[in-house]
Amino acid sequence: MAEKLRFRDPDLAKTIAQQIQKFAPKDGTVKLCHVCGTHEWTITHYGLRSLLPRNVEVIAGPGCPVCIVPAAEIDEAVQLAHKGVVVTCFGDALRVPGSEMSLLEAKAAGADVRVVYGVSDAVEMARRERDREFVFFAMGFETTAPSTAVEALGKPPENFSFLVSHRLIPPAMELLLGLGDLNISGFIAPGHVSAIIGMKPYELFPRVYRMPTVVAGFEPIDVLMAVYMILKQLSDGAARLENEYSRIVKWEGNTRALDVMSRAFAVTGGNWRGIGRLPDSALKLREELKEYDAREKFGVHVEQGRDILLGCECHLVIIGKIKPDECPMFMKACTPAKPVGACMVSSEGTCRVWAKTAATQRVS
Amino acid sequence: MCLAIPARVVRVDGSKAQVDFGEGVLREVNVTLVDTKVGDYVLVHAGYAIETVDEKEALETISLWNEVLAAGKQ
Repeated sequence: MAEKLRFRDPDLAKTIAQQIQKFAPKDGTVKLCHVCGTHEWTITHYGLRSLLPRNVEVIAGPGCPVCIVPAAEIDEAVQLAHKGVVVTCFGDALRVPGSEMSLLEAKAAGADVRVVYGVSDAVEMARRERDREFVFFAMGFETTAPSTAVEALGKPPENFSFLVSHRLIPPAMELLLGLGDLNISGFIAPGHVSAIIGMKPYELFPRVYRMPTVVAGFEPIDVLMAVYMILKQLSDGAARLENEYSRIVKWEGNTRALDVMSRAFAVTGGNWRGIGRLPDSALKLREELKEYDAREKFGVHVEQGRDILLGCECHLVIIGKIKPDECPMFMKACTPAKPVGACMVSSEGTCRVWAKTAATQRVS
Repeated sequence: MCLAIPARVVRVDGSKAQVDFGEGVLREVNVTLVDTKVGDYVLVHAGYAIETVDEKEALETISLWNEVLAAGKQ
């Protein structure tokens, strides 16, 4: 148990911070990018940016799966709810703005929208209430997709279907490298996505883009260690793929989860809110599971939605181009109680994380 | 949303297991995606165990940190 506490040990954090100082570049700045809402939470909650030298910046990329679901797909869920279908979703999805309304607003107007802890609970509800149609709004990255896959392959009841909005992380990371003006020097790769996909999908970052990439866990020491490992690579003039989170992440990932995913889903192009269409970045149910595809079953297809409201800068926050407090609406027109953009809605959205720990940010 | 929390397996019953998140918080989770037995720690996300925590690796990570830091101090 004593060893367990090392993951948050302040003295160890200080020592790593000293090492980070030592390996920080003598001139110029380095910008490291993570792509996970939970990493942003750890960094902000524990004030880790305040431990870094001024010229070592950590920015948040598109790591919140709720924030990047486009309005068109929220509109599809709202349409289903209006048709009298029971829409089940994660709590985070409830307030994400659609073109006209969120699922919460649809619920307030009388639709049956229910929050579930996981997809199994939604299937269970459908089994209990056979006279109603149920849809599970399946959001999330590779961490979440296997649970959807298991239920889709597990012969759910006839009154159950899926509105699949899963997205894949590596294509989004590759997109960031294509944005020349972002100038990223290293990736902190997401630990729980990696628990599923393993290390292999990141190989191209050091090999093709010469980008140091470290898969990291979510304790403060994990994140500091990842920063140190990247700076060390930069100082060595090398770009490697390293695993800081080996207590969870295996090289090959969770092969059982990858197998169910590939049996249930095909990879396809997908729209990302604030980013646009990314090839091979989304999942859809395979042809043989079409009967469980809510879009097919109820004829719901929305091509285009209104992703970003006038004045909202979510599209720049999502790719790490600006910090939340550089958006003119942040904590003025857009607050956790009354969010305007998707990044303020989810507990893992960058704006929401910053809003909840605004005091820490100011100190740093 | 990729938040996942470690929990100790208390009972395994086919594809389901009872897990303890600590301080008496028990929940049934689906364990079809992992190999697990009573006493293991699993990482739970949205009602599914997505990986087993490798205790040996966890301890090795800590000793690796200590080594790296000791090397840095020299």
